[in-house]
Amino acid sequence: MAGTAVRGRLTWQTATVDSVIDETPTVRTLVLGVPDWGGHQAGQHLDIRLTGDDGYQAERSYSIAAAPGEPVAITVERLDDGEVSPYLTEDVQAGDELEVRGPIGGYFVWDPARPDGDVPLLLLAGGSGVVPLRSILRHRSQVGSSVPTRLLYSARNWDEVIYRSEFASPAPGVEVIYTLTRQQPAGWTGYARRVDQAMITEVAWPVAQIPMAQIPMAQMPVAYVCGPTNFVEAVAADLVALGYPPQRVKTERFGATGTP
Amino acid sequence: MSPISRGFHRRHEEAEPAGRVPPGQYVTHDFPVLSAGPTPHTPLERWTFSIEGGSSPVSWTWQEFQALPSETVTVDIHCVTRWSKLDTMWKGVSLDVLLDAVSYDDPYVLAFCDGGYTTNLPVADLKGGKAWVAYSYDGKPLPAEHGGPARLLVPHLYFWKSAKWVRGLRLKQVDAPGFWEMYGYHMYGDPWREQRYAGD
Repeated sequence: MAGTAVRGRLTWQTATVDSVIDETPTVRTLVLGVPDWGGHQAGQHLDIRLTGDDGYQAERSYSIAAAPGEPVAITVERLDDGEVSPYLTEDVQAGDELEVRGPIGGYFVWDPARPDGDVPLLLLAGGSGVVPLRSILRHRSQVGSSVPTRLLYSARNWDEVIYRSEFASPAPGVEVIYTLTRQQPAGWTGYARRVDQAMITEVAWPVAQIPMAQIPMAQMPVAYVCGPTNFVEAVAADLVALGYPPQRVKTERFGATGTP
Repeated sequence: MSPISRGFHRRHEEAEPAGRVPPGQYVTHDFPVLSAGPTPHTPLERWTFSIEGGSSPVSWTWQEFQALPSETVTVDIHCVTRWSKLDTMWKGVSLDVLLDAVSYDDPYVLAFCDGGYTTNLPVADLKGGKAWVAYSYDGKPLPAEHGGPARLLVPHLYFWKSAKWVRGLRLKQVDAPGFWEMYGYHMYGDPWREQRYAGD
């Protein structure tokens, strides 16, 4: 787990909201014009700072939804008791200014140039935890990677699934598997329960086919788990129980109050 | 000078207690969980807490550790992801007690943990009633997702310094970055000076 190169100071800079994309009734993607963006890795996050006309400021961290090289974008879910997310999901308009700094974080990233960049990718998302995983998927397509990839995406119902149209035609080698935990559309054939050990066993490629013990460490899949705490705790424990080495299970949490 | 974000205003009118919430933080009433990997579960019979380096390394079993003098403290904690939680109650052993058991002249430690996590701290920040190895939260055994069976508690620094699942300290002559510090987080992490990232 060597660190990334030492970076210079992360300074705040003014960004402009270039466009706003409604993803679901409560989730929006903001594409940001950041004049001096030094680039990012898939899976990293950034800090947002808002300033009211009375000088009041609030800062929050958001995962970057865009692939490296694409215009910076964040996807924000509205939390009703939040202070920043209601503004970003309801009030902000193209042309508005806010401050950003980043990128931040270097562990929950996927980089095809790293030693583990060519092993199978298992992505597990709970709710808006799908955002950094979407960055990873876009980056995988961008670089033409062929690593076998599965995304298991848990949402409460179909209306809350983010990036639906994008995930409807995944890149070659990518499978998107949904579980809808509360409500399913008529004729739904996917999973319809919370992620559990049985589901993980079925989707945690390639352990269903090959016992983990027979896979050399260097070829073991790497898992990225992102979602609310109870989702991440359960999924990470299930993966370890299945034979995933803990160091191959990278987690990121979206606590209910972790990023309002 | 920060640009005004058109239409943005404070939504939570409840005033935070003066002087208790560092800049850029907000108060939360639940207890978010953040960690980079799966939660480790080390059986207590295999758990030890060690201080390595120095001239007389020492190690305690869980039973021995429980027999050390403990303190109950109520402190405010501040996570670099911007939540602060006020008046959290912990029970554990003061680092004064633990460091008094070894003889050393090293000015830094690297805390090490189950799961491979590490974080670096100056010894001066662990002495003088400012830091503990805590095994109880809110009157109950510390839950695994919050770092149990035992975690560091260094409330005057950002909470990533309060390493979960801590198993010991390695005394060091030189300050070397731990896990998050290698990924660009601040070497010291004072929330009152907003030392979130390297260079802050």
